[in-house]
Amino acid sequence: MAWDRNQMAARAAQELQDGWYVNLGIGIPTLVSNYIPEGIEVTLQSENGMLGMGPFPIEGEEDPDLINAGKQTITELEHTSYFDSATSFGMIRGGKIAMAILGAMEVAENGDLANWMIPGKLVKGMGGAMDLVAGVGRVVVVMDHTNKHGDSKVLPACTLPLTGQGVVDRIITNLGVLDVVEGGLKIVETAEGVTEDELRAATLATIVD
Amino acid sequence: MKKVFANASDALDGLLFDGMTIAAGGFGLCGIPELLLDAIKQNGAKDLTFASNNAGVDDFGIGILLQTRQVKKMISSYVGENAEFMRQYLSGELELEFNPQGTLAERMRAGGCGIPGFYTKTGVGTVIAEGKEHKEFDGETYIMERGIFADLSIVKAWKADTTGNAIFRKTARNFNPPAAMCGKVCVMEVEEIVRPGELDADAIHLPGIYVHRLIQGEHEKRIEQRTVRAA
Repeated sequence: MAWDRNQMAARAAQELQDGWYVNLGIGIPTLVSNYIPEGIEVTLQSENGMLGMGPFPIEGEEDPDLINAGKQTITELEHTSYFDSATSFGMIRGGKIAMAILGAMEVAENGDLANWMIPGKLVKGMGGAMDLVAGVGRVVVVMDHTNKHGDSKVLPACTLPLTGQGVVDRIITNLGVLDVVEGGLKIVETAEGVTEDELRAATLATIVD
Repeated sequence: MKKVFANASDALDGLLFDGMTIAAGGFGLCGIPELLLDAIKQNGAKDLTFASNNAGVDDFGIGILLQTRQVKKMISSYVGENAEFMRQYLSGELELEFNPQGTLAERMRAGGCGIPGFYTKTGVGTVIAEGKEHKEFDGETYIMERGIFADLSIVKAWKADTTGNAIFRKTARNFNPPAAMCGKVCVMEVEEIVRPGELDADAIHLPGIYVHRLIQGEHEKRIEQRTVRAA
């Protein structure tokens, strides 16, 4: 047993604190907005120039001038504000965004993150990922613990080109939660039905006690 | 001082030349200067370098200039939505310089503010930092990035008065203000031109000083990823 996509998103939502401004990446991180705990108010940033991102529109209310960073149509909220891309990344680079929750291809035990290119494969670009991991207060990665071949994505060192160096604070996978600490990774908790031994066995990175 | 032109071709008259650098506003297909891009296609200027976050899709946005082989180089953060782009890039016909999105936006803003270079943490320890000056400030490492000084800016706003004071709408603002600022000349297309005084002076997003030529036109405003929820 392990967490599914929605359970991983729900666990990641526990990282949110009241009053935070947060950026959610594409994929499982987007699902986090469905699990924001009761009594916690967070404002979602969309790096193309918006704070206070609302849900997808109902059919017929799509607005071509209102999209998220994944280019999907979205809606605004009462407290929404808009700004240009330089201002948007100014608040990211300036450390005003408390946390980013992002997907990843690989994470290393020193906090290195790779999530933008696979050499020899089609490279689409890093978008805003490098700016986010370099600038926000806290970086939480949400991803499957292993790739489709069953190999660990939690590694002693990344093999893919980096998005950022030593930037990851916490890793949430289908098997559990790990923190990047001095000397390696520390197990915070295991997913329901997963033992600590199973988590260790699936992890190539150094785990410290 | 007459900034308002009849159409996109007239507004670009005398401004285009082969090998020039153009900064374009827009994010994906949102807020792109679609009328001016079409006029550049009609003009046929070639070997163009575009600083633009994306490269459009095959038949819309900068994609239409890829079809006509007018683009030599793209400076972008994300280009995945365009098959012709990938074909030209993989065959070596098209140069591509990846910039992190915030670095690209700041390079434009800096250029427009007369700042030739700045230091950022973004990209330190990645391929983006290779060959760039590294400098330590207060124990942290930064890399130097250059301001972009474009020959021409092409941008799209929602409304402007006849002096070029402009207002953008929702997330269609995106790269348009920084792109507008970094060109020697800026041509702007809008959905509606109004008389001075009709826009709230306190609510202007981009002052007219940055806008040299202006046109009004009909916009297709295509949606790239139509996404809805159940009613």
